[in-house]
Amino acid sequence: MSNKIVIRDCRIVDVSQDIDSSGDIIIENNKVLDLVVHKPGLKPDYADFEVVEASGFMAMPGFIDIHTHLREPGFEHKETIATGTLAAIKGGFTSVCPMPNTNPVNDNPTVTTFIIKRAMKRGSCNVYPIGAITKGQNGEELAEMGMMLEAGCVAFSDDGKPVMNALVMKRALEYSKVFGVPLISHCEDMSLTAMGVMNEGYLATLLGLEGIPRSSEELIVSRDIMLAGYAGARLHIAHVSTRGSVDIIRRAKASGVQVTAETCPHYFTITEDAVKGYNTDAKVNPPLRCAEDIEAIKEGLRDGTIDVIATDHAPHHADEKVLEFDRAPSGISGLETALSLSLRLVDEGVLTYSDLCKKISYEPSKIFGIGKGTLKKGACADITIIDTKKEFIVSKSKLLSKGKNTPFEGMNLMGMPVAVVVKGKYINVLEL
Amino acid sequence: MKDLVSIKDINREQIELILSTAASFKVVLQRDIKKVPALRGKTVVNLFFEPSTRTKTSFELAEKRLSTDVLNFSVPTSSVVKGETLLDTVRTIESYGVDYIVIRHSSSGVPHFISKNTHASVVNAGDGTNEHPTQALLDAFSILDKKETLEGLKIAIVGDVCHSRVAKSNIYLFSNFASEVRLVGPPTLVPEFKGYNVQYFNKIEDGIQGADVVMMLRIQSERMTKGFFPSTLEYASLWGLNSARLKLAKKDAIVMHPGPMNRGVEITSEVADSDQSIILEQVTNGLAVRMAVIYLLGRDNEQ
Repeated sequence: MSNKIVIRDCRIVDVSQDIDSSGDIIIENNKVLDLVVHKPGLKPDYADFEVVEASGFMAMPGFIDIHTHLREPGFEHKETIATGTLAAIKGGFTSVCPMPNTNPVNDNPTVTTFIIKRAMKRGSCNVYPIGAITKGQNGEELAEMGMMLEAGCVAFSDDGKPVMNALVMKRALEYSKVFGVPLISHCEDMSLTAMGVMNEGYLATLLGLEGIPRSSEELIVSRDIMLAGYAGARLHIAHVSTRGSVDIIRRAKASGVQVTAETCPHYFTITEDAVKGYNTDAKVNPPLRCAEDIEAIKEGLRDGTIDVIATDHAPHHADEKVLEFDRAPSGISGLETALSLSLRLVDEGVLTYSDLCKKISYEPSKIFGIGKGTLKKGACADITIIDTKKEFIVSKSKLLSKGKNTPFEGMNLMGMPVAVVVKGKYINVLEL
Repeated sequence: MKDLVSIKDINREQIELILSTAASFKVVLQRDIKKVPALRGKTVVNLFFEPSTRTKTSFELAEKRLSTDVLNFSVPTSSVVKGETLLDTVRTIESYGVDYIVIRHSSSGVPHFISKNTHASVVNAGDGTNEHPTQALLDAFSILDKKETLEGLKIAIVGDVCHSRVAKSNIYLFSNFASEVRLVGPPTLVPEFKGYNVQYFNKIEDGIQGADVVMMLRIQSERMTKGFFPSTLEYASLWGLNSARLKLAKKDAIVMHPGPMNRGVEITSEVADSDQSIILEQVTNGLAVRMAVIYLLGRDNEQ
């Protein structure tokens, strides 16, 4: 396609400009040249432009997933940068932020550079790596945050291996103030989680599985909020799964702590019941909780306590999930179902389309300082085009991710991305 | 019924059928020649991923008494350690053309997983901290040896209910008979069973008051190091069953234990060896019950 494209006659939803109306998006040289909001009688002529007819579709600034696992380097049997980013655009994400738990860990600028270069060569979307907070994610010595930022990292996290030592976390938060980037906390008190593999409660007893109490998450949410407040540093809470966490974050925000938070589609869609029958595809960390947690998370999304919807896309090889429940790895392959599951919230009246745009594009960009999440004149042309009425059934065999580990197999969903524009390049994702 | 993986999967009628069939086999076991040709030509694999002496011996003998061909496949740890997936292990075994897989595994849910992936009948011989269905059936059988009915019986289960697959299967089984189940122990070892009609007691004296059956559970010292209780000495002094405490139960109360016992910890020798103890009878009855289970699953397969 040429470098001059018009996406014509779609419903444009761009919360950064408070737009929700039908119009055309004009793209030139990888940038948004203009938005033409339709007025009666006005029929612009787009000679020289390649015109994409998009009537009936909706366009938003490209989605940004701030919590992805691309697995490369080190775990290429689970996912690669090539397959993970392909799954991303299939799911409507034009940017992803891969977590540092690769092998070697992304705890130094060499690994960061490798990921970015490989993404440029083989990736289908923008990749903004997240570096480790501590060397080797071991929770002891600080990793080279400054040099990783220079190499292209946008934030830091020891995702999956929380920094258990409070002093190390305090120092990391203090140190991060030099750069003004948030530290992302995977909140889990490992001493409480112990051997737990699912939500602690009656169902865990019935299944004979060790439980992970809600307090395991909530203790560290509280701790890190206190530390961030004390240090005056920025904190982002990853994958909120409990009612208690929502309450704690809400209070912290009200008291002025610089805290933001994300949740994932599985935490507002399904409960621990999905584990019944020892379904390892429903094994995820933090674990799926209960209906009351889902309600609280929806309320948190509605009132702004939870800023972002992220996927925590955690692909695993099928052989790794066909194991004893307590030995199977945790994680859900989430990039390709996130939008459709989030659209259910619009259907239910929890969010408006503008809210969704905010949670899945605008806020992710703002929190991580990526400079996207908008269709303003001159912005990088990253766009997601959605057919909100398209119905489909989730099927593992159709996922582009190497990770087929989805608990949503067979679920009827409505709404899917039909195309994305990544840095001005139009891609019909239905043909992928 | 293809498999017996959980007591939750079977109803009262099926339980009663197993128990009455076991009664017939018990008669056989008292004869001079203890073997029946019922399942000649059938093959059973005992797939044990966890060390076990008594359960494995009991199953093996029951299988031999039914004239099946018995294969023992013992793996000290998970197949994963060997680099083989559980599914591959199951497929390998199925390729031998076996009719039954008796499975013991340290991970909860493995029998369920196997039953979904094999045509053979699967018998759960204990999975993780989940269930031990044949133990619950033999416990019920042993109680019915001494009591007329399970209906309304006051049954105290004392100890580490949390980690006991025996206790769990028993709770599920007794729920079919409106027995009065009392769970006794410190809150660290007794989980909530919301959906079941059980009562909770922290003190053993309260829990066994007027009980018809006192079922003691094995306490593992490993739980002590993980902080579920402070010491075996304290455990014995607060929750151990001794003669004085047993007097609080009904005069004709029976004492049970799935074994192996820690004498002097959860039960004193005096009680374990008393006339009220039916611990060794449980072992004997286990044979008849396991014969019945395998026999009945086999019959169903042919229909």
